[in-house]
Amino acid sequence: MLIFIAKRIGAMILTMLVVSIVLFLMLEFSPGNVATKVLGPYSSEEQRQLWLEQNGYLEPLYVRYFSWLGNFAVGDFGDSIRFKVPVSEVLWPRLGNTAILGAATFAVMIPLSLVLGVLAGMKEGAKRDRIISTTSILTTSVPEFASAVFFSLLFVFYLGWLPGTSSMVDGFAFKELILPVLVLVVYDFGYVARMTRASMAEVMTSHYIRTAILKGLPYKQVILRHALRNALIAPFTVIMLQINWLLSGVIVVEFFFAYKGFGALLLEASLNQDIFVIEACAMVALFVAVASQTLADIGYTYLNPRIRFS
Amino acid sequence: MTDISAPAPSAGSALLRALKSFALLRESGVAMVGAGLVGFWILVAIFAPLVSPFDPLATLQPLAKPGADYVKGGGTFLLGTDLLGRDILSRIIWGSRTVLIYAPLATLCAYTVGIIMGLAAGYYRGWIDDVLSRLSDIILSFPVLVLYVIIIATFGASGLNIVLAITFASAPGVMRIVRGLVLDLRNRDYVAAAQTRGESSWYIMLVEILPNARGPLIVDACLRLGYVIITIGVLGFLGLGLPPPDPDWGGMINEYRGMAMSFPHMIVFPCIAISSLILGFNLLADGLREISLRD
Repeated sequence: MLIFIAKRIGAMILTMLVVSIVLFLMLEFSPGNVATKVLGPYSSEEQRQLWLEQNGYLEPLYVRYFSWLGNFAVGDFGDSIRFKVPVSEVLWPRLGNTAILGAATFAVMIPLSLVLGVLAGMKEGAKRDRIISTTSILTTSVPEFASAVFFSLLFVFYLGWLPGTSSMVDGFAFKELILPVLVLVVYDFGYVARMTRASMAEVMTSHYIRTAILKGLPYKQVILRHALRNALIAPFTVIMLQINWLLSGVIVVEFFFAYKGFGALLLEASLNQDIFVIEACAMVALFVAVASQTLADIGYTYLNPRIRFS
Repeated sequence: MTDISAPAPSAGSALLRALKSFALLRESGVAMVGAGLVGFWILVAIFAPLVSPFDPLATLQPLAKPGADYVKGGGTFLLGTDLLGRDILSRIIWGSRTVLIYAPLATLCAYTVGIIMGLAAGYYRGWIDDVLSRLSDIILSFPVLVLYVIIIATFGASGLNIVLAITFASAPGVMRIVRGLVLDLRNRDYVAAAQTRGESSWYIMLVEILPNARGPLIVDACLRLGYVIITIGVLGFLGLGLPPPDPDWGGMINEYRGMAMSFPHMIVFPCIAISSLILGFNLLADGLREISLRD
């Protein structure tokens, strides 16, 4: 088990190193381009040359990469070109906002999708299963921006219950969180529900469940004590991998609702060629994604005794 | 040599097979609804010049409500017009061409690359498999949209770059599926027979193995097409899509977003259009999977 964990963490670090090299080459291969982006298109040749000298951009590529990597490892991402402040000052508050959004989404989505998945998988092919399965196909087919439009029109335009933007300028506002969370949940829950359903349906056909039913245990007890335990191992992995999907989803939702989060920051930085913010955002997103995948792998191995003891 | 290999399928038998699979499709109601939605949009895209009531780029009459008459020229704006006076219905109809050209193209590219990678990894095993699998693990560990945003923002928004970005991000997923199928199929007798005949590795992979892996791949392709359509729509919505003025559903939603609260018609109909097309592909995939499991 320890060797397995060490291997997974090694793979995680390797992934981050490879991506950091590609990212660095993509954005900072040519020092002249970096200087132009930082100083603007109207800077003079002398200004750029001076900036390059002062910031160590005349060193060979590999020296630059390692010093960049060293700074990154201690959380020094450089200065944002657009905001003129260190990237970390912008990044961490934005990341905190996204964490609130993500946590709220998970708090709603996980119970909902697990319950629906279990209910559908208990009796495969029954009417309840068909309704739940078709609904989940329907909701995953509507892209986030489209459901954001539909929900906004309904709750903001026609009913007037909720605010149309969620910038949270006056501090935390619960009402502003509802629509973004709703959009993310509606788009994401179908996938987890379908995975849970498949896992539950498989367990329900297994011999030990048939035995439990045949020996006369109450149906409720069969489901709660025997089926759920095994059926919920697979969804655990799926839920951890949803963090990766959520990082994509928040870009759309934060852009739509003007939510001051991490996804919106990455998008703004990309549109404005704010390269140091792009680098920081990309590496943070990758770290969150890879860390959640590693945890999913370790957790799955731990939860599944057939793997744990082999 | 030729007498051992199966006779090449003629055009007639291919048609017969297509008809047969269509008959299979009719067994699943879900698949039929999906095929209907997809077929509808394909017909709309093909006959766009005939069914589109106005020129999608012409500025006719700004901010007309749905159902308003075209005062100067005659005719009705069934779905209204936008800020510049372009007919929304015509833009949606022509926009179906954009999405139905780029989405299958990008999916096809992703499949070509993914299939070649998957065949090589699964058939040769060894270091080729290790390298390709590790590489695809790395690409797949990235949140997809983060990847798209960075690639498009760095290399610029154009049709070609969108296709390349989607290929880059989706090929590893295809590779994983193909690799898994090949690992199973490579031990079959007909592969051993072909090896004994002295066929080349790529002949075996493409002619003996690949056709037998088509079932799961077709289901996955439908799902992936739906997902690629979402991606193209999202990129358009984020302002990273195809450059204007050509009509593109995601781009329309981005363009009219600011006016959504005053003129909902501009933005609702493109949303319905894109959702229905994606739903079509997802239902088709679900129905096909159901049919393939039944046999």
